[in-house]
Amino acid sequence: MSKLRVGITTLVSLFASFSVFAETGIDEKINIAIKPFADAVAGFVFSSFPVAGVPIPFVLVWLIVAATIFTFYFKFINLRAFKHGFELVRGDYYDPEAAGEVTHFQALATALSGTVGLGNIAGVAVAVSLGGPGATFWMILAGFLGMSSKFTECTLGVKYRNELPDGTVSGGPMYYLTKGLAEKGAGFAKFGKVLAVMFAIFCVGGSFGGGNMFQANQSFAQLVNVTGGDASWLADKGWLFGLIVAALVGLVIMGGIKGIARVTSKIVPFMAVIYVTAGMAIILMNYSLVPSAFVAIFNGAFTAEGISGGVIGVLFQGFKRAAFSNEAGVGSAAIAHSAVQTNRPVTEGFVALYEPFVDTIVVCTITALVIIITGTWDPSVDPSAGVQLTSDAFESAFSWFPIVLTLAVVLFAFSTMISWSYYGLKSWTFLFGENRFTDATYKLLFLFFVVVGSSMQLGAVIDFSDAMIFAMAFPNLLGCYFLLPVVKKELNEYWDDLKSGRLVKTRVS
Amino acid sequence: MSSVLLVGVDGSVCGERAVEFAAIRAKNSGAKLYITYIIEWSQFTFSTAMENAERHQRREEEIQRAHSEIVDPIVERLRAEGLDVEGLVRHGHVADTLNSLAKSKGVVNIILGRQGTSKLKSHVFGSVGSRLVQSAECAVTVVP
Repeated sequence: MSKLRVGITTLVSLFASFSVFAETGIDEKINIAIKPFADAVAGFVFSSFPVAGVPIPFVLVWLIVAATIFTFYFKFINLRAFKHGFELVRGDYYDPEAAGEVTHFQALATALSGTVGLGNIAGVAVAVSLGGPGATFWMILAGFLGMSSKFTECTLGVKYRNELPDGTVSGGPMYYLTKGLAEKGAGFAKFGKVLAVMFAIFCVGGSFGGGNMFQANQSFAQLVNVTGGDASWLADKGWLFGLIVAALVGLVIMGGIKGIARVTSKIVPFMAVIYVTAGMAIILMNYSLVPSAFVAIFNGAFTAEGISGGVIGVLFQGFKRAAFSNEAGVGSAAIAHSAVQTNRPVTEGFVALYEPFVDTIVVCTITALVIIITGTWDPSVDPSAGVQLTSDAFESAFSWFPIVLTLAVVLFAFSTMISWSYYGLKSWTFLFGENRFTDATYKLLFLFFVVVGSSMQLGAVIDFSDAMIFAMAFPNLLGCYFLLPVVKKELNEYWDDLKSGRLVKTRVS
Repeated sequence: MSSVLLVGVDGSVCGERAVEFAAIRAKNSGAKLYITYIIEWSQFTFSTAMENAERHQRREEEIQRAHSEIVDPIVERLRAEGLDVEGLVRHGHVADTLNSLAKSKGVVNIILGRQGTSKLKSHVFGSVGSRLVQSAECAVTVVP
């Protein structure tokens, strides 16, 4: 009950502080109220140490080192299971007896709709404008290594998921950190519990930040951009946009209006295909510039002319945006993937390899190439332009594209919010227990942050979003290190079965 | 020789006619009868994380409802008439699933009701009957 009381008090005080703002300049006031807190959180999570004179946040090193270790520990699983992962997604090993359950394809598509979104559009634009074309190289490399992190966390997510008595399935780092580490003895059990609680707290924060405020903020920015920029009547009405989006999200997550979510989940893949197709079209139309773009990417990666921080600065931008876009090592994907129907957890790990691949290596690279080829990137451009930079790049080829992009951005943002509201809710109920009151408290808070996010300026939102999402990687990956042998055992057993032909394809191609 | 017949039902009047048609044949030949209902489902659809979490539960509910509302009443009625009947409910693509069920159960004849759909609709979505006629590995009877 005391937990409940804390929930109520937080909620009431948040709404109280919100209502204090007068009608005029609401946006600015929200910004002023939240910014110091956002800055403090960001400052803590991104505490950095200098490498070659450039401050490198520890968390980034943490993510890349883990991804690299996992890649070597599993002997380049990101390459050797690539083909088999595809066969699993295609349904080659699908069991007809389990028809009607969540398939590998569905689990992957759900996870992707949570990650493919603004990170691929706005994030890449920020990386290329701050780090130059060379950032793309490091982004791809980070995506490649990140595949191994996803493999690890998603295998664990399925292995230690909870199957509740009512038949629903929930999994994720909260569960594998608790149950997985508990298998190692009493001391580990306590350690696991601490990590799980830390993870859940950060995940709730991430669901309010990157999974919510950042999305609301950027989709609003793009909407203002296409309706006339600063002259748009929408320009100072972020709170209004926020209220509308909050109402729609609320209908889905509180009203149980599944129709909206269902329609979105069908339109989003379609928008992604349009985005990728348009990007490919621009690249093909300018095919003569492609070689020089790649030269710029490679040269930029190692020479970093005119970029603040030199090579390390470029690498930092690339790694940071890749990690923010594909969330490998963060642990969110493990929640999305864990509902799959399989009795071999490692199969979902193979499937999860495709998440960073599609998200970062395919979609982010296309965005980066379009920005580089069209010459829209410019180190002097205001980095907070985010999505606008990508919009301009596409507009230079297709004048009507900003409108399509706006629609895509809003829909991506919406589906990412729906996904993250689920991740956050699972973490919240892990902390405060599963009942109707805790459930409703979380959802109201989530909606509140939609409004806050739409009203804040980009810089503060991005810093806070990054901070909370990256913080999840600390407990998650620390736990993963200890659980590596578990994954290895699952992997080896499965791989033996596969190689010796004990697994039969049900679909003959 | 006792043969095995499989009837695809969908809760419509046409499906009902297929059942009657099959029941007469089963009575005359002493054949075993499978009453099947296929819940249209594809492994390549998009869903939200929340839907996935509840999927297992929903599936059970769907199967139960198909049994209690459509399949079981037919099975009970025919059993009362002394026939050897079994009800089956599956998820999947209707024609393909009927076909693979027929194969695994040693069915000699799949019996379906005609679909009362318009020309345009069957043009766009394809009709279960015509698809089955072209792909089935046993005889297919479409009851008008």
